[in-house]
Amino acid sequence: MYGLLTLIACELAGALIGEALHLPIPGPVLGLFLLAALLAWRMRGQTEPIPQDLGRTADFLIQAMGLLFVPAGVGVITEASLLRTEWLPIAAAVVGSTIASLAVTGLVLHRALHARHGRPA
Amino acid sequence: MTEALAHLWTPLATTPLVWLFVTLTAYAVGLQVHQACGRSPLASPVLIAIAMVSTVVVSTGTSYSTYFAGAQFIHFLLGPATIALAVPLARNLGYVRGHLRHIAQALAAGSLTAVLTGVTIVWGLGGSRTLALSMAPKAVTTPIAMAVSGQIGGLPSLTATLAILGGIVAAIVGQGLLMLMRIEDWRAHGLAAGVAGSGVAAAQVAARDPLGAAFATLGVGLNGLLTAVIVPLLALLFR
Repeated sequence: MYGLLTLIACELAGALIGEALHLPIPGPVLGLFLLAALLAWRMRGQTEPIPQDLGRTADFLIQAMGLLFVPAGVGVITEASLLRTEWLPIAAAVVGSTIASLAVTGLVLHRALHARHGRPA
Repeated sequence: MTEALAHLWTPLATTPLVWLFVTLTAYAVGLQVHQACGRSPLASPVLIAIAMVSTVVVSTGTSYSTYFAGAQFIHFLLGPATIALAVPLARNLGYVRGHLRHIAQALAAGSLTAVLTGVTIVWGLGGSRTLALSMAPKAVTTPIAMAVSGQIGGLPSLTATLAILGGIVAAIVGQGLLMLMRIEDWRAHGLAAGVAGSGVAAAQVAARDPLGAAFATLGVGLNGLLTAVIVPLLALLFR
């Protein structure tokens, strides 16, 4: 119960902050920032774990998240003509940019982690 | 017979219960298929469910708004579920304390690459502005991608599909690609999967290595936050 209350309270706070400050960032993301900051602050220095109730609720929602995308995803039926005419840029951009991002992220982290120790010849 | 069914269906089609039932059933079938296919990323339960529900909605001549009036009870939980991502993010921050600077570099580079290459390829191949805007946030976890897409004038439903497809691509090619580049560090594999392919690809790495899993979770969460900040700002610049 307190878990869901915490999540809804953060979502509401995120929406209010975004509205009040005219931020271009979506409300739920501001709420996510807020909760992450609160939890990090709570855990600072000590090993105070995540409140049990919040942890359980969050795990449940994240596990069921796939289901939650379905109603919005079905909205593609209203965009059938766009999918038909633009399938090539869609396919190329999804595959191309995913591969580029994988390569860049992996390479930069690999270099950064191994730069300090120097590479064995 | 068909007429009798139509008499039965017509009043039912506008009640929320029917569409809640159809959505839950389709997702349950999707999970079963996913399980039967050895949890292959190709058999995404979400895509299976979307395809099944779309088929039912279109073939019964139901409008999307009628469907959504029922399914919105499920959709509503997406907000709290997005906030809930803060929990794994906070849980995993401790694992990576010493590497935050390196992670930030890789995250910034990978995140910008995903956004810029996605938009550039769409433009280069003559795609529409709507498609480019829907493509921009597709590397991040679906709820954040949809929220950002709606914010900048893309189509959240299209972005949801693109995000899931991108995750599937990352899950399929990620490990092979990085091995080919002689990157064998699971931390790099994890972060790359999380940043480029969000939850779908992160789950692949998480099953193989616990430290990789922490980096993957962090990649998903941090890229969601970063993209939610930079994409709306970039969209303002290019308006």
